[in-house]
Amino acid sequence: MNVKIALIFSLLLFAGLIVGFTDSVATSEYTAVVYNQSDSPLPNRNFDKMMDVLTHQRCMNCHPNDNIPKQGDESHPHNFGVAGGENDHGFQAIKCTTCHQPENNAYSGVPGAPHWGLAPASMAWEGLSRAEIAESMLNMKTNGGKDHKALVKHMTEDELVLWAWQPGVDASGKLREVPPVSEAEFKTAVKQWFANGAVIPSE
Amino acid sequence: MTLALTVNSTSHTIEIADENTPLLWVIRDMLELKGTKFGCGKAACGACTVHVDGEAVRSCSYAVKFAEGKQITTIEGLGDEKNPHPVQQAWIEEVVPQCGYCQPGFMMATAALLEKVSSPTDDDIDKNIINVCRCATYYRMRKAIHRAAALMSSLPLPESQNT
Repeated sequence: MNVKIALIFSLLLFAGLIVGFTDSVATSEYTAVVYNQSDSPLPNRNFDKMMDVLTHQRCMNCHPNDNIPKQGDESHPHNFGVAGGENDHGFQAIKCTTCHQPENNAYSGVPGAPHWGLAPASMAWEGLSRAEIAESMLNMKTNGGKDHKALVKHMTEDELVLWAWQPGVDASGKLREVPPVSEAEFKTAVKQWFANGAVIPSE
Repeated sequence: MTLALTVNSTSHTIEIADENTPLLWVIRDMLELKGTKFGCGKAACGACTVHVDGEAVRSCSYAVKFAEGKQITTIEGLGDEKNPHPVQQAWIEEVVPQCGYCQPGFMMATAALLEKVSSPTDDDIDKNIINVCRCATYYRMRKAIHRAAALMSSLPLPESQNT
């Protein structure tokens, strides 16, 4: 009896080894569906391009929801407890302009652009969805009273906004990452999105 | 290029090849004012702090071209041994420095703060004085800042707690 049981176990073990060696890695024919922006309707494509920029760190780092500017591609809180203060440009004697000048500084790696500072709290985008950012941006009660024409001008001409494509080097001399959409494409997308009625796609 | 700037109430005209040269190096190497220190070179530590038109500025990250026509004040212009600025006086009385390297930057930052906030709270100090001292003289500096505020006003001097 024991010999029969041992023989059965041996056969099962042998069969298992054969199966294991011949089919040890499960394979799948699954492939991820790649989202292609060019497949989306034109208004949405413009919206997507615009939002790809607005949600990039170069923009989001200075649209915080806690009055604390963020730094770097990983958006860590600004060193040394720096905050926007009451006027979004620092405190009484330590202002944004203590370190940030009207242009990037290649020697120190400190970024700079005209009127460097935080966006006002009413324009805090950190933590918002793309649609919520767009709603906030279009709301004249939160956007500083800007109508569509003023928004287009701000987004396509303001030197601090356009700094995103000329962000200079960091303190290590490494070029900062730029948004995934070119400046020219962004400007076109913004103008077309507003021209088409500034429709916010449903999420 | 030629630039005109005023440092410690003295007018200077300088010839400089690179207009983006940090103001710090003009102050130290061209004007031979060695009180302003190079620390990190990244506008982080504050050892290079000077005043530009009364505002605290990190001179290691301030292109000299932006200083044209501006009033620059360095630690040498704040006061001297015979006539120390109240901040310098307070620093002496509270025996603040250890190695001393970063202290000019701290004193310049403090002088700028007291021009804006005559009697700063500890919270004001925490928010506005964000320089770095590797000797960690922060405790004595806080006392000196309060003392300087008192010296600059009619407030009674805080009792020194130095031991």
